[in-house]
Amino acid sequence: MAKSKEEKVLSTLWSAGCGSHGGCGCEIFVKDGKVTRVEGDPNHPFNQGRLCAKGLALPQYMYHPDRVTHPLKRVGERGEGKWKQITWDEAYDTIETKLKDIRSKYGAESVIFCQGTGRDIGGAITFLMYAYGSPNWVQVGLAGHACYTPRLGAMYATHGHYAVADCSQFLEKRFEDPEYVLPKYIIIWAQNPSAGCHDGFYGHWIIDCMKRGSKLIVIDPRSTWFSSRAEVHIQNRPGTDGIIALAMLNVIINEGLYDKEFVKKWCYGFEELKKRVQEYPPEKAEEISWVPADLIRKAARLYANNKPSAIQWGEPVDAMPAGSVVSQAINHLWAITGNIDNPGGNVIARNSHGVTTYPFSSAELTELYGADLVKRLNEKRIGANDYPMIKGFRGWVQPDVLIEQMETGKPYPVKAAWIQTSNIIGGQAADPRRHYNAMKKLDFIVCVDIFQNPTTMALADIFLPVCTICERDSFRSWWQPLGVSVKAVDEVGESKSDWDINLEMAKRLATTPIKFNTVREIFDDRLKVGNTNFEKLKAKGGWEFPPKGDKTRPYYRYEKGLLRADGKPGFDTPTGKVELYAKRFEEWGLDPLPYYEEPKEGPVSTPDLFKKYPLILTTGRRSPVFFHSEHRMVPWLRELDPDPVIEINDKTAADIGVANGEWVYVENPRGKIKMRAKVTPTSHPKVVTVPHAWWLPETDGKAPNLFSTWDHNVNNLTSMGNQGKSGFGGTNLRSNICRVAKIKD
Amino acid sequence: MPRNGLLIQYDWCTGCHACEVACKQEHNFTGGMVGIKVHELVTVGPDKVHTDFIPVTTRFCDLCAERVKGGEQPACVKHCQATCMMYGPVATLAKAMEKQPRSSIYAPK
Repeated sequence: MAKSKEEKVLSTLWSAGCGSHGGCGCEIFVKDGKVTRVEGDPNHPFNQGRLCAKGLALPQYMYHPDRVTHPLKRVGERGEGKWKQITWDEAYDTIETKLKDIRSKYGAESVIFCQGTGRDIGGAITFLMYAYGSPNWVQVGLAGHACYTPRLGAMYATHGHYAVADCSQFLEKRFEDPEYVLPKYIIIWAQNPSAGCHDGFYGHWIIDCMKRGSKLIVIDPRSTWFSSRAEVHIQNRPGTDGIIALAMLNVIINEGLYDKEFVKKWCYGFEELKKRVQEYPPEKAEEISWVPADLIRKAARLYANNKPSAIQWGEPVDAMPAGSVVSQAINHLWAITGNIDNPGGNVIARNSHGVTTYPFSSAELTELYGADLVKRLNEKRIGANDYPMIKGFRGWVQPDVLIEQMETGKPYPVKAAWIQTSNIIGGQAADPRRHYNAMKKLDFIVCVDIFQNPTTMALADIFLPVCTICERDSFRSWWQPLGVSVKAVDEVGESKSDWDINLEMAKRLATTPIKFNTVREIFDDRLKVGNTNFEKLKAKGGWEFPPKGDKTRPYYRYEKGLLRADGKPGFDTPTGKVELYAKRFEEWGLDPLPYYEEPKEGPVSTPDLFKKYPLILTTGRRSPVFFHSEHRMVPWLRELDPDPVIEINDKTAADIGVANGEWVYVENPRGKIKMRAKVTPTSHPKVVTVPHAWWLPETDGKAPNLFSTWDHNVNNLTSMGNQGKSGFGGTNLRSNICRVAKIKD
Repeated sequence: MPRNGLLIQYDWCTGCHACEVACKQEHNFTGGMVGIKVHELVTVGPDKVHTDFIPVTTRFCDLCAERVKGGEQPACVKHCQATCMMYGPVATLAKAMEKQPRSSIYAPK
């Protein structure tokens, strides 16, 4: 290969292609207008030259023969799989006519704008939605909003900002920076970090810390690579994480292991918390969680006695009953030990340079669009009036309320959906059949995606082809650094970037004129708060850390008056302190203190039903080669993980007559799916784990098969309507029940 | 000319498969062909179950002959997310191995 003739483009991976939450610096090699290779950028502090399987498979993803590269119009019935290639003009004309008509008849709120997980789509989709005038921005079917938002909401209520385990990622020189201190212990709470970059956290940073001497405490129902290397492994019953956290607080407070000076100076409500955690001694936690009380004590003591230590947590925390409450209890662990915004603890993470790619919070929305618009949006936003925390924190629709509204048409009908980078039926939604039935009835549906998938096939009237991250400009400020994605090659076929599509569509649909002519103008407008622009960042190699003293750079900002709008020392909460007793929860009509809530189904809540379905089913086991429902069609990746696999304990499998590699039914009162058994002692005898979002792109895409989504998507065994009191958490994604039986044919 | 090889400190391998896909991309291998493969190894100890991952080079590994000519590291070594692979003359690797427990050296060609 004559590599010298290749051109090298430095960029940031985020979104379609590599898939994940991203942030990796990459080198895109281009020859004759085509991407030949994608590699890690050794000069980028985020990944330091490394790259995951998904990033490395980008060329095969980009040039895949199944990629949709022209706008399509449905010509048969929904689900029939009959499409006609059309021009962009025809696609835009059709959409404009339909959506304007719906707006004039039913109001802009009758159109929902649906995205998948948080990537560079958020800016583009809200930009279009607010231009059109709808308040309904949603991750359809994401029951209890169980993906980071419950954790973010709890942190916002507790200390006004979000905090992340400090693996030196906020410093340009990383581990070499003299300001940095290594965590003595890292608690990995309900996550397999090596499988990806969950919530923008590059999982292998944990390994970087371990190599330098950090020790581990792992809280996971499953034995993993990390638990093998942990000093303490808390193998709890799924769904009981809340009582583990409360019992650890009990130990740390009653044994006086907390940071007394920090609590006295910076915390509010310690006495109330102390009183509350008396209800949760380790012995009580043992009864409920299967974890020996002394092991909980050991974990609590190691964490509290070894400062600094950090906690890295995962999505299962959100999916607990009362997810935001479990998050709050875990949050209090780093609060009362003073492991907040200190080197090697949990540092406050803010969008780099204060740049946001899209308006995140109600406060930001107000700043951008004015209080009047936010007020009007909240009046119509689905679920905002049912849940004060939904209204008060972030501009999302509550998905459990949405499905009911789609079915009943009350208080107003949902008529159309703009679905962009979201596979609702094939992975995002709990109870996908219910969503399929409800959404099939909508008057008009646009899907914007790269490949056909169960959702586009079942629902799209118009399919708009979008391009991958290598074919578009974008920018990223999810924590740090501030980075740009640089368009390395022309779009494949007629595909376009999400931002291009949404700006063009917004110009047609906006009720007041759009002030931007080009996408670049929007980017530069967002970036100006960081005193930079797209070209400047690109010229610097694609990224930049905030300068010293910037309020988005650690450490100890609460002492320096860098966290509050009024510039006073303290935290951005009503009392200016870390609120162990959360005033904001109180204001939202919620218990201001953490408590334990039992999963709705299982050995404790439904013992009779549990006899019939005697295994606890945990979904969402991550594969390092796929991101949610993506990548199943990419040979380089699929070869590594070819089948949907259920992990089942060897003794349990022997009891029910299942051998390794056999296909089994996984069944519960809500449905039945097929999985391949992996018989392994890494599974707890009473717990089985399955990956989510499986579909088979190589099978028939037409309804009713829809790429075999009904056979393999485990969400067919889950349900909506279990949300916690706050509107967050409480789903049956992690603490579900099932039975497993060999398929006899 | 000294024989080159790979030192893999497999205790750190997390099973992320980056080495395998890096290899496929570098050589444009298709149809399941690959120069390195990661195997899961589960063992039951007295107090816990252990999961380890063992990368093994295959007959198709050429140590990225073309690539290393330009002074680059083999694609798997560069992209290993756990940074647990080293490329170089076998004698040098053996020396490094004296200080690295739970590692292996492969000399595929």
